[in-house]
Amino acid sequence: MSNAKSATDATFADVVLKSEKPVIVDFWAEWCGPCRKLGPILDEISVEYSDKVEVVKVDVDANPAISAKYGITSIPAVYLFNGGEVQSTVIGARPKQYFEKEFADVLK
Amino acid sequence: MSTEVTPASEVRDVIIVGSGPAGYTAAIYTARADLKPLMIAGSVTAGGELMNTTDVENFPGFPDGIMGPDLMENLGQQAEKFGTEVMYDDVTSVELEGAIKTVTLADGQEFKARTVIISTGSAYRELGVDGEKRLVGHGVSSCATCDGFFFKGQDIAVIGGGDSAMEEAIFLTKFAATVTVVHRRDSLRASKIMAERALKHPKIKFIWNSEVVSVEGEAKVTGARLNNLVTGEQSDLAVTGLFVAIGNDPRVDLVKGVLELTEAGTIAVESRSSKTSIKGVFAAGDVVDPTYRQAITAAGSGCVAALDVEHYLAEQDS
Repeated sequence: MSNAKSATDATFADVVLKSEKPVIVDFWAEWCGPCRKLGPILDEISVEYSDKVEVVKVDVDANPAISAKYGITSIPAVYLFNGGEVQSTVIGARPKQYFEKEFADVLK
Repeated sequence: MSTEVTPASEVRDVIIVGSGPAGYTAAIYTARADLKPLMIAGSVTAGGELMNTTDVENFPGFPDGIMGPDLMENLGQQAEKFGTEVMYDDVTSVELEGAIKTVTLADGQEFKARTVIISTGSAYRELGVDGEKRLVGHGVSSCATCDGFFFKGQDIAVIGGGDSAMEEAIFLTKFAATVTVVHRRDSLRASKIMAERALKHPKIKFIWNSEVVSVEGEAKVTGARLNNLVTGEQSDLAVTGLFVAIGNDPRVDLVKGVLELTEAGTIAVESRSSKTSIKGVFAAGDVVDPTYRQAITAAGSGCVAALDVEHYLAEQDS
């Protein structure tokens, strides 16, 4: 189960930057092994904390502009956006509990 | 095959912590011995180090090579086919003393068993220099297969001289304009076949006898400051990416202060066995091996641990 959405270069501003709720953005790609491990963990977070945050996935391969804009050079990269600004970043696949701690401000 | 799940409260015969070649081989053997192993595979580390590699050409039985993730998928299927129960969770603590051991997961669940096999592998070693931590995700990387894509047409560096470093350097030539290998010594530690491939590669350059002193760059990597270990001269290497492959350290956090360790930091085992300093606790794979650290030696050592577990349980029951 997942409540995660996808965003593209074209929709990023609407889906992420203008979101009323804080947004956890997962920059990922098909070829990236750790990204495939992290996907289901963020899916879980999207369900469990659906009242608090949005989870949005960005395929860096298909959306180079937005990845370049945020200077992504390592994936998985998970950025927490709040009010259109980057509030916190996590590089590399981490266990669910790590995100719960790192993003505690918005997940509570 | 049996898919029934043993209730959490029950005391199992064996719990395996870690899911690289050692863990999966231990699982295959203990499952076939009808010990119904429970494997705690890790939530994001499942499959271990091979999950981030590409072609594995030296694992016996695959004349055309096999992709690291495919090999791990196969091992996993083989372990589950014989009844291994796999949980994709992380172990946060272990109680190993006494006849019944307890393994606690990140969500608080506890599992008990008469034996535990620790096969937690090793973790990527950092350079430990200024700028490195700050620039992780902004040019500093430890995963060429994940991040090579971001360095199309750029000049980048690989730090290290072993097989992993050569594999990364060769892989990265698919994307980068040039790959400079920076190595502390004047020759490569890598196997001859990998070393020759790298040395002959038109896109790969070498800087010998040199170590990285600091990683430079404000928001992203712009270069590395190098120190020549022979002349003592410092120089700047202009690169936009730095892939670190200087080796691995055994992952012993769970058992530090509990199990005896060696000077190399690996779990100490008795002679050629997998027996640790605590009865009923066995260890296998990179976490016990400061020397060979191959997928096949890890697999072999997982088999040893499984047979040691069988023997130990049989002795306890007799």
